[in-house]
Amino acid sequence: MQSKTQITNETDAIKPPITSIGVIGWMRTNLFNGWFNSLLTIIVIYLLWKTVPPFVRWALFDSLWVSDGTACQQTDGACWSVVTANLRFIIFGFFPHDLQWRPLLAMLILIALLFYSRDRKRWKKSLGYTWVAALIIMGLLMKGGLFGLESVESSKWGGLPLTLLLSVFGLTAAYPLGVVLALGRRSRMPAIKTLCVIYIEMIRGVPLISLLFMSSVVFPLFLPEGVTVNKILRAQVAIILFTAAYVAEVVRGGLQAIPKGQYEAAEAIGLNYVQTMRLIVLPQALKIMIPPTVSVLISAFKDTSLVVIIALYDLLKTTQSVLSDPKWMGFSAEAYIFIAFVYFICCFFMSDYSRRLEKELAT
Amino acid sequence: MNLKQSNSEKISPSDDAIIEIIEMHKWFDDFHVLRDINLRVGRQERIVICGPSGSGKSTLIRCINRLEEHQRGQIIVDGVELNKDIKNIEKTRAEVGMVFQHFNLFPHLTILENLTLGPIWVRKTPKKEAEETAMYFLEKVHIAEQYLKYPGQLSGGQQQRVAIARSLCMRPNVMLFDEPTSALDPEMVKEVLDVMISLAREGMTMIVVSHEMGFARSVAHRVLFMDAGKIVEQNTPDEFFDNPQSDRTKLFLSQILH
Ligand SMILES: Nc1ncnc2c1ncn2[C@@H]1O[C@H](COP(=O)(O)OP(=O)(O)O)[C@@H](O)[C@H]1O
Ligand SMILES: [Mg+2]
Repeated sequence: MQSKTQITNETDAIKPPITSIGVIGWMRTNLFNGWFNSLLTIIVIYLLWKTVPPFVRWALFDSLWVSDGTACQQTDGACWSVVTANLRFIIFGFFPHDLQWRPLLAMLILIALLFYSRDRKRWKKSLGYTWVAALIIMGLLMKGGLFGLESVESSKWGGLPLTLLLSVFGLTAAYPLGVVLALGRRSRMPAIKTLCVIYIEMIRGVPLISLLFMSSVVFPLFLPEGVTVNKILRAQVAIILFTAAYVAEVVRGGLQAIPKGQYEAAEAIGLNYVQTMRLIVLPQALKIMIPPTVSVLISAFKDTSLVVIIALYDLLKTTQSVLSDPKWMGFSAEAYIFIAFVYFICCFFMSDYSRRLEKELAT
Repeated sequence: MNLKQSNSEKISPSDDAIIEIIEMHKWFDDFHVLRDINLRVGRQERIVICGPSGSGKSTLIRCINRLEEHQRGQIIVDGVELNKDIKNIEKTRAEVGMVFQHFNLFPHLTILENLTLGPIWVRKTPKKEAEETAMYFLEKVHIAEQYLKYPGQLSGGQQQRVAIARSLCMRPNVMLFDEPTSALDPEMVKEVLDVMISLAREGMTMIVVSHEMGFARSVAHRVLFMDAGKIVEQNTPDEFFDNPQSDRTKLFLSQILH
């Protein structure tokens, strides 16, 4: 046969050995190779059998989705009604009931824009302007007071919009600040360097909770009589300052990975410091830094829930207040599962996006 | 290889100096790395510097575009003295091209972007014009068809030719080469030397740290021998290689000639 001779002629290449065929083969190599692995497999199957069906029964078959609290007390299943019946309060907090379309719209704009920005091909100047415009519109929707929109005090803001507000602003502001701090820490000017080191190490030496307490309790003491700074803004600043220190350390790690030759080549063609950083060093460093930065950002996102301790009604706090209502007491599992789910969705999209970005930038 | 070429064919350097180094000293902390360097390089002159490893060759040429700072004496490049004035330094760097041993291309940019970066950001050349210039020089180093690739996709010899083209795009008056072929596999050395030879033919002022004797003989007006931070000996290539004066030079030459 011609084809056969061709194959043998080409090389004496040997095909990789066939290891497994079909489901049985796969199971044999992956689950049951050796008595120890077989034992582990059997134990795991037993544990799954003991836990999964009861959970499914509780969460799905025996559960109640729309009912009042009394109906829930009588069932063995999950009471998702605690979420559905209080959904508007959990999501929007104390925002006036008939104005809640405004934060909803603001969130939809934000989510739409985030999705639109996922594609790097769309990263143009115009997108930057769109973001600025969108942020202004979102602020206007939340705050009101212009164009016939009824004004809403920021003390009434709460729930998911507040969580998103703290995170989106927190992360976008912390990132550039972190880059600046990292550059400062590597600066040849001793004063700048010392300042950045002190800042980074001090912030990293204290928990976020203490910063939030300081921003809400200690900071106002230093303000002159009669001057108040909005509570949300204070928490926001604390989050930004805190996250920036962590971002800075990640960025510094990335900068250290760039060989000296890159700086020299950039300087040799006459680029100045800012150009060298912007065009040569940071693009390469940021690429290396994507996975660690995303971990910092994800944990910062989750950390925004700590604002409950200074009595801001973020998503977690609104949920807790629902649970303190006697009608709904005892259904905390359901409510917290829902909250965990919301957080999971957000974090999942962040890490998924970072994976895609990494792949796109791999050259 | 067309390396053998009589000295008479070389364009003779003009008298006015483009680089002037006067009683220059440099220290790394306590280590006296360059000692009393005096050097005049004429326009269109080509100098090859050789010497044992650690003798300060790289440091010397890096001082010329201020990648290293000297502590005593003067370095004057094209009439501008190098001192703390950052504007002078940036201007000088744009006039002086530098080719490194390890190419130092920008791995995140395409070949074309590597070449247009300097002209666009330093010279403020319009992008289209910068790209045309870049393509012109890529043709010259025989690598134009690769312009959309990334440096990592090219061989060492190709990368070094791109690095030369990148410097040329800035239209430098002087080109500095720091052992441009010593990181290359042997079969790629020639393609890089050929590019440098054609550059020499066009009258580029060049200072080349290299141990390629054939190259030195064919293009250099002068060969400098450095040892322990000093310029120990300098002569025309034929005199230098055939009739070395100092014992250190003789020893060194006997070592590189096996
Ligand atoms: N950045 C530096 N800091 C301290 N010592 C250095 C530095 N760069 C080079 N040296 C030292 O200076 C000497 C000359 O180095 P170099 O100019 O690279 O020599 P060559 O290029 O002739 O091999 C060597 O002893 C080297 O160890
Ligand atoms: Mg060297």
